[in-house]
Amino acid sequence: MGNEEAVFYSRVLTELTLSFHIIYATIGVGVPLMIMIAQWVGIKKNDEHYILLARRWARGFVITVAVGVVTGTAIGMQLSLLWPNFMELAGNVIALPLFMETFAFFFEAIFLGIYLYTWDRFENQKKHLLLLIPVAIGASASAVFITIVNAFMNAPQGFDVLNGELVNISPLVAMFNPAMPTKVAHVVVTAYMTAAFVLAAIAAFRLLKGSNHVYHKKALFLTMKVGLVFSIAAAIIGDFSGKYLAEYQPEKLAAAEWHFETEGNAPLIMYGVLEDGEVKYAIKIPFALSILAHSNPTAEVIGLDQFPKDEIPPLYIHYLFDAMVTIGVWMTILSAAYWLGTQMKWKFVESKLFRWLIVLGGPLTMLAIEAGWWLAEVGRQPWILRGLMRVEDAATTSGHVDTMLILFSGLYLVLGIGSVVVLTRMFRRNPVEQELEDRQAEKGADIS
Amino acid sequence: MTLEIIGIAVLWIFLFGYVIVASIDFGAGFFNAYSLLTGRQHILTNVIQRYLSPVWEVTNVFLVFFFVGIIGFFPKTAFYYGTTLLVPMSIALILLAIRGSYYAFETYGSRGHKGYSFMYGLAGLFIPAALSIVLTISEGGFIDMVDGFPSLDYHVLFTSPLTWAIVVLSISAVLYISAVFLTWYANKAGDQDATRLMRKYALIWALPTIITAAGIMVELRSHNREHYNNMLDIWWAFGLSFLLFLGTVWLLFKKRKYGLAFGLLVGQFLIAFFAYGFAHRPYLLYPYLTIYDSFTNEAMAIALIIAFIAGLALLIPSLYLLLRLFLFNKDYVRGKKDNHA
Repeated sequence: MGNEEAVFYSRVLTELTLSFHIIYATIGVGVPLMIMIAQWVGIKKNDEHYILLARRWARGFVITVAVGVVTGTAIGMQLSLLWPNFMELAGNVIALPLFMETFAFFFEAIFLGIYLYTWDRFENQKKHLLLLIPVAIGASASAVFITIVNAFMNAPQGFDVLNGELVNISPLVAMFNPAMPTKVAHVVVTAYMTAAFVLAAIAAFRLLKGSNHVYHKKALFLTMKVGLVFSIAAAIIGDFSGKYLAEYQPEKLAAAEWHFETEGNAPLIMYGVLEDGEVKYAIKIPFALSILAHSNPTAEVIGLDQFPKDEIPPLYIHYLFDAMVTIGVWMTILSAAYWLGTQMKWKFVESKLFRWLIVLGGPLTMLAIEAGWWLAEVGRQPWILRGLMRVEDAATTSGHVDTMLILFSGLYLVLGIGSVVVLTRMFRRNPVEQELEDRQAEKGADIS
Repeated sequence: MTLEIIGIAVLWIFLFGYVIVASIDFGAGFFNAYSLLTGRQHILTNVIQRYLSPVWEVTNVFLVFFFVGIIGFFPKTAFYYGTTLLVPMSIALILLAIRGSYYAFETYGSRGHKGYSFMYGLAGLFIPAALSIVLTISEGGFIDMVDGFPSLDYHVLFTSPLTWAIVVLSISAVLYISAVFLTWYANKAGDQDATRLMRKYALIWALPTIITAAGIMVELRSHNREHYNNMLDIWWAFGLSFLLFLGTVWLLFKKRKYGLAFGLLVGQFLIAFFAYGFAHRPYLLYPYLTIYDSFTNEAMAIALIIAFIAGLALLIPSLYLLLRLFLFNKDYVRGKKDNHA
């Protein structure tokens, strides 16, 4: 049987589906919160601009949700189609959060439908705000539950193995595994952060492209402020994640940091390239890895020498780690500078260059999300269930995975292009100035 | 009642929910495309869009719920069905993805693009066909064990009359269910033209639905004797289902009480669906997999059932709210207010 081929193509197809889904899923988790904040600020300040902001975000959000839902359905089913042996085994222990995820999704879907189709139906805007709360909660809850499943794959527990069978299963212990707190917190917070910076990029782009409306300025300030808060939170949680890895998954940390030998006073290696086992052009920060891992500059950090060769993840994950952290730090600095600059009325935050940097920040943060997921996933190779089941034992035996890979690639291409075209067309044809005028006219007609 | 029975009953209810809501959705897409082809779009589009817009996402969840639930309650299904269904399920997934996203793209992006509508309508017919393969396979006889791993025999599958009977049934049932629902909905909206047209479609599709349903019984007699005999044991349930079918058709024919007609139709499918499932027990995949040998451990089963009850406590009021605001809201149905974002 060409099982090796099936394993390879199953991995590629899963990676492709997830990498594509994550773009829309991250927006799907983060944007409802942003809509909620805008709606709330609008009500509180009695400012029509923020309400309109919420409405226009919601309209764009529908398109991303549609793609998020269908690709999410795809990955949900692909888990069983491509990794049947894994699901057969893990299903016994981890079905609960998977099941709860669908409830959260259900809840969100119902209220999103109601929210989208009841604009201006309620006299009181607060009622409409109430509908957004279940949408935001449902969106974040599905992220929480699905991340719990992923955390379990990194730190399986809640069962005993007896003669190759799983016994004494306790679903709650499996859910509250050691990887869960840092993973869930990091995923949710970075999703909020990414959504904020993506929306900031749009506002900055509109300001650059001619429109100098106060609406965009309000949008930019709101999103950058929210983005700053969540990027700080992401950095703090990221530090906890490092400590978790040092304790429970040292091979992932060691591979990501190119930490080959177990030692104390461990330096942190930033950037650089690996040539024939030699690290070149890297920046070494003394003691930093020991601090990152154990909050103690002299603490011993386990290196790759402690693991058998066939249980070490690929060393290229170091580049992913660098990319993720660099972008995270950069966005924190950028948003802090923007916030401070606006408070102090410094001129440079209104300069063209600075706005272009904000525009660039949107795709950059999304790139950081992707890099972070690749790091987390590739970093637990060769395991699908760490310490329990290897990837090659989990894959399907079907010989058709390569054909399916081609079909799904085509699908994602169509969905990707389609969503971008529809979104740009939607907002180009109906710029905010036009919509504000229309609303004014509507209200005027109502009075007369 | 054992945990296994509760588990499969829960899943069967959700599958039934999916069959009904998805049928309305798929059928509506097809009628919309067909009316475009015959130049009657102005009659139907409003009614269809109005119903579908707020609920399209909810439809999808029923399906996700079913396949996540079945892996949860019966993890061994992943081994048998996961391996064998890669191709048909991937095709269904791709079609679902095209459909779901194009719906949003079209509604918000470029209203009235003909190419989209046709793809949308056609995909809606292929999806039930691809999904119904699962029902065919569950009857046994299409899966060989190679080196201890299951493998689907496509030749046997595509040459079996049972396969095609189930495909035809799934398509005609989709169109029938959808047409009856839309007759009722259009009537509620006070749209006489749409009501007349949908009533005609409903009556047209009633016949092939009931004929193929009966035909499948005959096929099963030679294909899976055990299932056939079990079905004969509860012949009265199928008889009752048939009476409800007659009730629906009669009401439609007499142009009376479309709401009741749709209610009878749901009853007809509910009884037939459960009688079919009841007769199939205890097999999930004949003869390899029963609900007993594939069931998850007790701790997980109890946790899942608790989660299920808690989830329902959240869902039922929310679904009720959704229906009240859109399906049963006169102003919305009649199109006096749209209010979409």
